[in-house]
Parts: sequence; structure tokens; C-alpha cells
Amino acid sequence: MLDLLWLIPALPLAGFLVLLFAGEKLGKSGVAWVGAGSVGISALIAGLLKWTFLTSPPEGHHFTQALWTWLDVGAFKPEIALYLDPLSLVMTLVVTGVGFLIHLYSVGYMHDDEDYSRFFACMNLFVFAMLILVLADNLLLLYVGWEGVGLCSYLLIGFWYKDPANCKAAQKAFIVTRVGDTAMALGFFLLVTQLGTLQVQDLLERAATRWEPGSGMALATALLLLGGAVGKSGQLPLQTWLPDAMAGPTPVSALIHAATMVTAGVYLIARTYVIYTLAPAAMAAVAVVGALTLLIAGLAAFAQSDIKRVLAYSTISQIGYMFLALGVGAWSAAMFHFMTHAFFKALLFLAAGSVIYALHHEQNIFKMGGIRKQLPLTYRTFLIGASSLAAIPFITSGFYSKDAILYQAFTSEHGHFLLWLAGALGALMTSAYTFRMVFIAFFGEPKTHVHHKPGWVMNFPLLALAFLSTVGGFIELPHFMGHAQFFADFMAPSFAHAAGHAAEAHHGAGLEIGLMVVAMALGLGGIAAAYVLFLAKPEIIEEKMKSEGNRKLHAFLFSGLGFDKLYDTLFVNPYCWIARVNKRDIVDLGYSFLAAVGMLVHFLLGLTVTGRVRWYAAGIAAGCLILMSVMVFT
Amino acid sequence: MTSVPMDHGLLLAGLLFAVGLAGVLVRRNILYVLMSLEIMMNSAALAFVVAGARWSQPDGQIVFIFIVTVAAAEVAVGLALVYQMFKRMKTLDADAASLMRG
Amino acid sequence: MTIAFYVASAVALFATLMVVTRRNPVHAVLYLMVSLLAVAVVFFTLGAHFAAALEVIIYAGAIIVLFVFMIMLLNIGPPPSTRQESLLLTPGIWVGPSALSVLLAGLFLYVILAGGRSVQAGSYVDAKTVGISMFEIYFLGVELASMILLAGLVGAYHLGKRDLPDEAEGGNG
Repeated sequence: MLDLLWLIPALPLAGFLVLLFAGEKLGKSGVAWVGAGSVGISALIAGLLKWTFLTSPPEGHHFTQALWTWLDVGAFKPEIALYLDPLSLVMTLVVTGVGFLIHLYSVGYMHDDEDYSRFFACMNLFVFAMLILVLADNLLLLYVGWEGVGLCSYLLIGFWYKDPANCKAAQKAFIVTRVGDTAMALGFFLLVTQLGTLQVQDLLERAATRWEPGSGMALATALLLLGGAVGKSGQLPLQTWLPDAMAGPTPVSALIHAATMVTAGVYLIARTYVIYTLAPAAMAAVAVVGALTLLIAGLAAFAQSDIKRVLAYSTISQIGYMFLALGVGAWSAAMFHFMTHAFFKALLFLAAGSVIYALHHEQNIFKMGGIRKQLPLTYRTFLIGASSLAAIPFITSGFYSKDAILYQAFTSEHGHFLLWLAGALGALMTSAYTFRMVFIAFFGEPKTHVHHKPGWVMNFPLLALAFLSTVGGFIELPHFMGHAQFFADFMAPSFAHAAGHAAEAHHGAGLEIGLMVVAMALGLGGIAAAYVLFLAKPEIIEEKMKSEGNRKLHAFLFSGLGFDKLYDTLFVNPYCWIARVNKRDIVDLGYSFLAAVGMLVHFLLGLTVTGRVRWYAAGIAAGCLILMSVMVFT
Repeated sequence: MTSVPMDHGLLLAGLLFAVGLAGVLVRRNILYVLMSLEIMMNSAALAFVVAGARWSQPDGQIVFIFIVTVAAAEVAVGLALVYQMFKRMKTLDADAASLMRG
Repeated sequence: MTIAFYVASAVALFATLMVVTRRNPVHAVLYLMVSLLAVAVVFFTLGAHFAAALEVIIYAGAIIVLFVFMIMLLNIGPPPSTRQESLLLTPGIWVGPSALSVLLAGLFLYVILAGGRSVQAGSYVDAKTVGISMFEIYFLGVELASMILLAGLVGAYHLGKRDLPDEAEGGNG
């Protein structure tokens, strides 16, 4: 059964190739069948593998399938090999499962687009690359997938390439993530020179035995890898590309920029967690990055008017939670939040997409209003997603995953009160901006006419994701609520080296309940605040907005806390300036000089070519004279 | 035969050669240039004959005959060229034919 | 005979100088003939009788006649062409090349006179010896000479044609 593993990435690749070479001939329904079908079968196989893992787990809870040897250069011998363990299995399930639902949704959403087959080709290629990323047995193959998803992200953000703004957003995403990727590549170089392998499991074994805890080499590697993760996952300080990436079609935002690709950074850190356990400073850095990011993104989300940008900032913020969890050593909690986040954020994006679709590409929430009655199904599913994002207690998956993170941020040996406080404040902000969006977009008076209602292909994924967003959390319950740990137990073999986690002290139900009550109160308080400010008494906001300072604050938040402007002044403009100044390459001056000398010599020699026979004869005579003199007098 | 120092013969050849060269370089009339060339070739031939006489060998005179042959052919072609040049350019100024100027 | 050598040499040098400096081409050609005849005398004094005969027949006979024919054909009469020649011989033109030639002559003088050893030349080599040597040892050279004469003949014939196509029309006549 496990031998079917190779089919999971192979099917989307086959789908991509078919669509690439025959996409125009298949017709729209053919494209839809190939595009969604290939991912669907992959999802089925992933489900089968999961079932196999649960019923009869392979020895050591992992399974390696070597396909062929990639290179064979001395001791360096990376293979094209797939590695399946609980961690990559969860990622695979989410990528294929959520990916399939989003493909299905795209069948309806993109139906009127003229580049139908190009869209599905890129989407399939993305799924393939993402699967290579998560299933890779060695870091070199992982890097292939890593860059592959970056490429697909670029292609799909700029999918509607006729608008220059979209192309700019695509380039921005590509270039900004490249900054992180460079750091990551350096980290890989360091690993391969220090440990002599890129094979992940060997790597972790050797790191654990060769590097002392807290050694500089471990710290350097961990920080470099963190650079890559930060770039891909849109974390501070490389988060600026993600809001702009919303220029792509909504299913793309759902799949790539919410559910899967942006969590690749989380996956990378979880995959190489041993290195981080050896470098406590790097873990602290991860946690601080996560905490700062979730606060900053949460603040920025308040001021956005584009529904997709709100969701983008919330994505950044939620990935910040995952980083926070990684930073405090709560590996499985991070992956748990990754999973629930994939469900509810994909749901939110798809529901938002339905609204945008119905309102004929209207993305401004202030121009929506009252969709609650016009699109009841979309409204309800969006509400479920929003509740999960806002972590409404007990009935949503987001509650359980976020609670696990907050609890560990407080109690873990790597945790800290301030980290917990950031997370708790983030929870308050999350619920407030989420329900601000809900209240403004779905309540109140209708402001835009609904053009066409989404059909079942778009509604079914919403229902499925709504279901998953609700029940997805029940597999991992807090200690005092039956203490279900299906997810953590399932993940445990992937994090066997994390000794601290296994011996986690039980702090007693009192503390746990206390923390949970605080988080719950903050979450519900956020909703209440949103209700008051944005639905019941919007005049308070209007009053506040009259003052100059508050307007400036709003503009500051709207621009994502001015990071774009900061980077423009710090990097982009100086770089453009240098490029402009150096338009005629300084290095070229040397060669220009040579060329000038050549031309001068040519000019001087050209003077001697007079066309006069007597002159030439004189030249010959003079030459002979000189030669003879030399011969005679020496 | 009374003998003459070989040096003097060679000296005559060298002086004739130098004068011929001066003619080639100084005169712009192409007819004079051709004449001066004849003088130069003749002086070279003279040097060969002097050397042949010095060693009592016939080789000097044979080379002289070859030089005369070449001079004859050269004059034939050269004068034909002068004729064409005069027909086309209506001048015998060698410097006027400078279309190959770089 | 020795005196004959020196006298003929002086005549040859003088006549040659006159060739180079004359303005009237006909005069120049006549001086050239004198120069060549003087060189023929030099050959005779050196014992190269055969060469002296050839010098008179071919150079003074055939080649000078060619020059005269050409002057006739171009029809450059004395008055205008001499004036033209004066125009062509400004000091700026002749000083440099003359200096070059004087230098060359000086070099020859130095080389020959600085050699020191004076060897007598002037043993008699008769025409029979020359002929035998020419058709035995230099047989190949003779054949080559015949070729160059043929090439000169063909070239002169072609270039001498009156209706030679103009350069502008592409010179593959």
C-alpha cells in the first residue's frame, strides 16, 4: 500500500504535462476533469496511506521510497527519494485534500476565464512542487520543491498578466522570497559542509551527535534556515509580499497564499527541529519573530478595506502563531494549527471568493454589505470560518489549536509570559478584525447587486471545509476536556528527538483552565468590540476618524505599518539609484578604454595609408635602410 | 684583362641604385618613376656582374640576363598601365592615383 | 682598361643624375640611354662581354625604344609638360626622399669602403661558358623567365587595348 506513495506527486505532474501540451484541445470540461481529477486521486491515495499508517504503521513510523539516484559525485549522492512520516503525511493530506477542494472550487470560479487550461496547469504544477517539498527525503530535493512552489506562486499571482500591477506584485513576491531563499541555500551549504549529507534523517542524527547544544554552528544554521522560512511564510521582516500577492485569482490565494505554500516555512523548521533544539537562541528568535509578526499583521488587518487583504494579513498573523509555537518547542501544536488554519483559511478565502464572484469582482468590504440574506450558504460557511479564525470556544477547530499554542507558550521550558501575552493580545485582535470584516461585509444594507449565485461546484468545497473547520479540532482536546491527544500522539514519532517536549510537565488543570478562560474572554471581547464599533455604533469610528492624528494612524496601519515604504527607502530606491548611476557599467570602462586605444591606433595607422605609391615606396626604402643599418652596425 | 677592384664596381652599383631610388621617390611623373626603376634594376644587375667577374663564374651574367628579362616584362606592363592611367585621368601625376587612401 | 672603367663609371653616374633631374621626358630618355651604354662599357671592362652586348641590345635598344614610343603615344610636348613638371617638383617634395637616398648611398659607401680588403675583379667569362651554364644549371630559371615574359606580353596587350572597360562598369573585361 505504501508503495503507492510515488503516485501522489506523479499524478499532479502528469496533469500538469497533459494540460501544458494538450490543454487547448481538451475543452473546458476536459481541463477541469484532468486538473481537479489528478489532485483528487492524489488526495484519495494520501487518505489510504493515512489509514495504513493508523492501522498498521511501518517500522519506525516512517517509510522511504527511493526512486532513483539523482547525482553521484563522490560522497555526495542525493537521491530522488520520498520520505513519509507523520509530519509529511499531515502536510500531504492537507495539500492534496484542501488542494482538491480548491481545484474543484476553481472549476466554477474560473469558468469564464479564457486561460482556463493555463490556470489548471499552473495549479497542478504547484501541487506537484508542494508535494515534492513536503515529501522530499533530502534537502536538495526539498529545495527543488521550494523553488518550484515559488515559481508557481509567481506564475499565479501574475496570472492576469495584462494588468501591470499584478505583474509587479508577482515580481515582488518572487524577489522578496528570494532574499530568504538565499539565506536558506547558505544554510544548506553550511549543513552539507559541516555534516556531509543533505539526507534529512541522517542530518538530524549527525547534528544531534556532533554539535553541542548551543554551539555556534547550530545557531548559524538554524538562523539561516529561519531566513528561508521567514521569506516563504511571509513573516517579519519579509512579510511585505504576501498582501500584494492577493493580486492573483482567489483560489490561488486560498491554496498557495493561505493553506499550503506559505506554511512551507513552518514545515521546514519542524522538519529540521533537531537543529533548533540545539540552538535555544534560534528558537527564541523564531518565537519572537512569530510573536511580533502576529501583532503587526493583526494591527494592519484592522485598517484594510479589501476583503482579501484582510485575510492576507490574518494569514501572516496566524503563521506568526505557528512560528511562536515552533519557537517554544510546541512542534505538534504548530502542525496542528497549520492543519486547522489550512481548513478555515481556505474556507474563508473560498467564501470570500464566492462573494467576489457573486458581486462581479468587488473586493471592497465597504461596498458589500447585507450579503447575509442574498447568499445565505456563503454567509454561513464564512461565519464558520471566521469563528474558527477568531477561536470561538469549544465548537471551532481554531480554538483548540490556538489554545494549545497559547498554553505551551506559557508553560513550555522555552516559553515566556511575554510570548503568551503577545499571543493573547493577538487573539483579541484576531477576533476583532475578523468580525469587523463579517459585520461590515455581511450585515447592514446591501450596497451592491448580486450578479450570479455560485453553483454546487463552488458550494461543495465550502461545505466540506466548513465541516473540517469544525470537527478538525476535536482530535486534540485539552487535558481537562477528556485529554484527547490523537494528533500529538500521531505526530510524536516525527519529533522523537525533542526530549523536552516528551517530558512535558503537567502544570495542573487549574492553570490550563485559567489560561483558557483568559484567552476565551479576550476572543469574545474582540467580537463584542467589533460588534459595537462596526455594527451597532459605527459613528464612534466616524467621530474618531475626524481627527488628523487618527487618520494618519489609519493610513499607517493601512500601509501595513509602513514596511513597504521603509524597504523602498532602504533598499529599492538606493538599488534603483545605483542601477541608474551605473547604467553604463563601470567595469565596462576598462573595455571601453581598450576599444578607444584600438580606435586611436587605427586612426594613426590609417593616416599612413595615403594611397600614394611614392609614399609606400619611401616606407619600404626607409624600412630597408633601418634593417640594413641594424645589420651593419651591430 | 686588366683588373679593377671589385669594391669600385660595387660602389658604382650602390651609387646608381641610390640615385635611382631618389628618382623613384622624388619624381611624381610616373614616366620618370618607371625610368628610375630601370636604373635601380640595372644597378642591381651590375652588382651581380661585378661579383661574377670577381669569381670568374658565369652565374653573375646569368642573373643579369634574368634581371633584364624581368625588366623588359615590367616595362611592357608598366607602360601599358601608364597609358591607361593617362587615358582615364588625363595626368601622369602618380599622386593623383590615390583612390586607395585609407 | 682600368681608365675606361672609371671614365665609364663617371659617365654613368652623371647621366643617371641627369635622368632623374630632367624636366623634358625626351631628354631624360636620351640620358638614360647614355647611362645604360656607359654601364655596358663597365661590363666590358669587367670582362663580361656577353652581358655588355645584351645591355646594349635589350636595354639601350628595346626598352628605351619602348619609352620613346610611349612618350610619342601620350603626345606630351615640351612646353606644357615641362611647366607641369616644375609644378610637381617643389622642394618640399624632393628634400625628404633625396635625404633618404643620400643616406642609403652613404650606407653603401660605408659598407664597401670599410671592408678594407680590395680584391681584384675582371677575369674574362665568355659567352659560351655563360650559355652552357644557363642551359644546364639554370635551365629551370630560363623556363620561368619565359613565363614571366609571356605574362608581361599578355598583360601589356590587355592593358593596351583602347576599349578597355571603365572601372565603374566593373573591370572584368
